[in-house]
Amino acid sequence: MIVAKRKPFDEIMQLTQGYQKVLVVGCGTCVAVCLAGGEKEVAVLTAELDMGRKLKDTPIDLGSITVERQCDREYLAQLDNMVGQYDALLSMACGVGIQFLAERFPNTPVFPAVDTCGLAVNQDVGWYEERCRSCGRCVLGLTGGICPVTMCAKGLYNGPCGGTNKGNCEISADQPCAWNAIYERLKAQGRLDCILELSPAQEWKDTTPRTLIQPGYKKPEKAKE
Amino acid sequence: MKSGSNLEKVLKAGHFAFTGELGPPRGAHAEEVRKKAAHLKGNVDSVNITDNQTAVVRMASWAACLILIQEGLEPNYQMVCRDRNRLAMQADILGASALGIRNMLCLSGDHCQFGDHPTAKGVFDVDSMQLIGMVKQMRDEGKFLSGAEVDGKPQIFIGAASNPFADPFEWRVHRLAKKVKAGVDFIQTQCIYNMPKFREFIRQANDMGLTEKAFILAGITPMKSLGMAKYMKSKVPGMDVPDEIIARLQGVARDKQAEEGIKIALDQIAELKEMKGVAGVHLMAIEWEHRVPEIAERAGMLPRPKLN
Repeated sequence: MIVAKRKPFDEIMQLTQGYQKVLVVGCGTCVAVCLAGGEKEVAVLTAELDMGRKLKDTPIDLGSITVERQCDREYLAQLDNMVGQYDALLSMACGVGIQFLAERFPNTPVFPAVDTCGLAVNQDVGWYEERCRSCGRCVLGLTGGICPVTMCAKGLYNGPCGGTNKGNCEISADQPCAWNAIYERLKAQGRLDCILELSPAQEWKDTTPRTLIQPGYKKPEKAKE
Repeated sequence: MKSGSNLEKVLKAGHFAFTGELGPPRGAHAEEVRKKAAHLKGNVDSVNITDNQTAVVRMASWAACLILIQEGLEPNYQMVCRDRNRLAMQADILGASALGIRNMLCLSGDHCQFGDHPTAKGVFDVDSMQLIGMVKQMRDEGKFLSGAEVDGKPQIFIGAASNPFADPFEWRVHRLAKKVKAGVDFIQTQCIYNMPKFREFIRQANDMGLTEKAFILAGITPMKSLGMAKYMKSKVPGMDVPDEIIARLQGVARDKQAEEGIKIALDQIAELKEMKGVAGVHLMAIEWEHRVPEIAERAGMLPRPKLN
């Protein structure tokens, strides 16, 4: 899932400074699961902002709502009749949701209340670890299911580098060396031949905004305008 | 001859090569490069000029290389994958060759987190293995990575690093084999302190025929003090400093530690000269360039061969 971290409170105060009526918009999917921007976090932020502004003698009129997904038009539609009553929107969705919200209501300033941190696994409640950079050219089949782009600090395709340190990465004793792990896993599977060949220079697919249209589908005429 | 560099000539003539290292200054003073170069002149076959080593900004490697050429030394232009994409790299390779640089060392580069700009974005558009292949393709096929034609092939003797001591040990020789396959001409190893492990590494490389396809220069860094040895043992990733080295330095008075460090290096060099598969020694006397003439002399490396 996509994970995010709430921005520092002072930064959110700074972003929304000068706005009197603000709608806090949560998202009920990924950011709710990772405890950053769901219904509960919307309630907490709303209460904190209300208190913070009162303490600064600049009270704020806050509304709040959590939609199922901010990256989906269907769910944003329920905001159509509400947004006009507010000076600004404060989104707790990931960067995708925030942009889709801003796109739907282009005349209303939209501010992020979270920093989006990546595509991660849920290791335990409140503990998430990044696993994918969505490079668009997956090599997991050759690397024992461990992503060198994400898990190697240098994103090397032909590792490990000389900085591998007793099974850890040179950057930290808490960060396993991805290539050491790739080697160990492939060795155990008897598949070291996968990494004996040179991996050529990557043809990067993530250098421009990407559009995905699945086979059998096409862009509706209306959305093209 | 692939490049016509002095290093290539020395190695191909069968001499035991002796190369040095020079770190460019953290400023624009050419004089500092000249001062360090003066200690190396005539004592080594080629000088590796580091490229923002330990991810700290310094004078560009290619610029310091040019100063060395002006001073009558042969540089080995180090290029890391951390700071440039494939366009900048290929442009610099052409420029380096045009200005008379004939050796290159292709490295991944230390992670930015270690350096003076820890939040910089590491590029790593290509990795060291792919960089080797890119230089070779430009030189031998006259083609850019894209496949387009190079009008005027760069003449470069291609080097890379190998760390025989990093984990997993059994994979190290295979990674060397990948570099050989990618097209490397010579290898500089990580600083060697664990000689038994290095012997085993070279034995594996010999068995796989790698030492016939690329020249292996064994990396030597004399310990200046017990403190340095302890630091390298515990703090530098991928470094293997056995307890015997620590014990040897501990066994002498504090003011004799530097001399003992040099003696250890001389013992190593003596053994490396006789070791099958080792084509030379790369001396990394870090901020100790003024001791290089003495080390070269005592190691029996002088005079250096003069080849045309």
